[in-house]
Amino acid sequence: MKVSELQEHGFTALTLPDGDREIVGAYMGDLLSWVMGRARADAAWITIMSNQNVAAVAVLADVSCVILTEGVTLDENVKGLAEAKGINVLTTALPSYEAAVRLSELI
Amino acid sequence: MSEPLVFHYDVDGSDFTSAGQASVFVKRNLRQLGLDPEIIRRVSIAMYEGEINMVIHAEGGEADVIVTEDAVEIVLKDHGPGIADVEKAMQEGYSTATSSIQSLGFGAGMGLPNMKRYSDEMQIDTELGVGTTVRMKIRLT
Repeated sequence: MKVSELQEHGFTALTLPDGDREIVGAYMGDLLSWVMGRARADAAWITIMSNQNVAAVAVLADVSCVILTEGVTLDENVKGLAEAKGINVLTTALPSYEAAVRLSELI
Repeated sequence: MSEPLVFHYDVDGSDFTSAGQASVFVKRNLRQLGLDPEIIRRVSIAMYEGEINMVIHAEGGEADVIVTEDAVEIVLKDHGPGIADVEKAMQEGYSTATSSIQSLGFGAGMGLPNMKRYSDEMQIDTELGVGTTVRMKIRLT
């Protein structure tokens, strides 16, 4: 499914510069090196981390989108950075596990 | 491409939150060269891990990325404290990072293992009190 379609299923887009990107699988984790070591390209990355480094890791790992859980959002600075780097970031009030279950039903 | 292409970066050790700029820059440059996306992914992740290590442990350093016809080589050089036990540092999960760094999502003890995972060759030269040089090679063919 396309990243932008997540919006119809309870995920709110914070940035969506590349909404047509296809989601292929997912990886859940908050430790950045684990994400870089294990996440596949085009995966959706589910995390509670929202600092600047998340934008860099998302670019380098080439994930299709970042899904912030537990209602976490981005501050304006990181939002601008994600936008500039072409990173899709969505948020949901669901905890990470429930968000992963929901995503699994969709993709 | 007969002459190797060399990109040089100074890694700023003072600004931890924006660390990774050199790697993102490398990624962009390699993409412009038209390299395979998976190769670019491996190079930029290996370099980012090294860059983060230089910022966490060595107050920055220098990075050179050399692109030849058959490989991308990354040379990361710092004048930090050196690595006391390289074998231990290569183990997944072993880290000497502080808890404040861990709260940013780093310090999982996966940096060097990831660098090895994503490169075809890796060599670490380190001397306590002098610094560390890491060389990584990712073959293009």
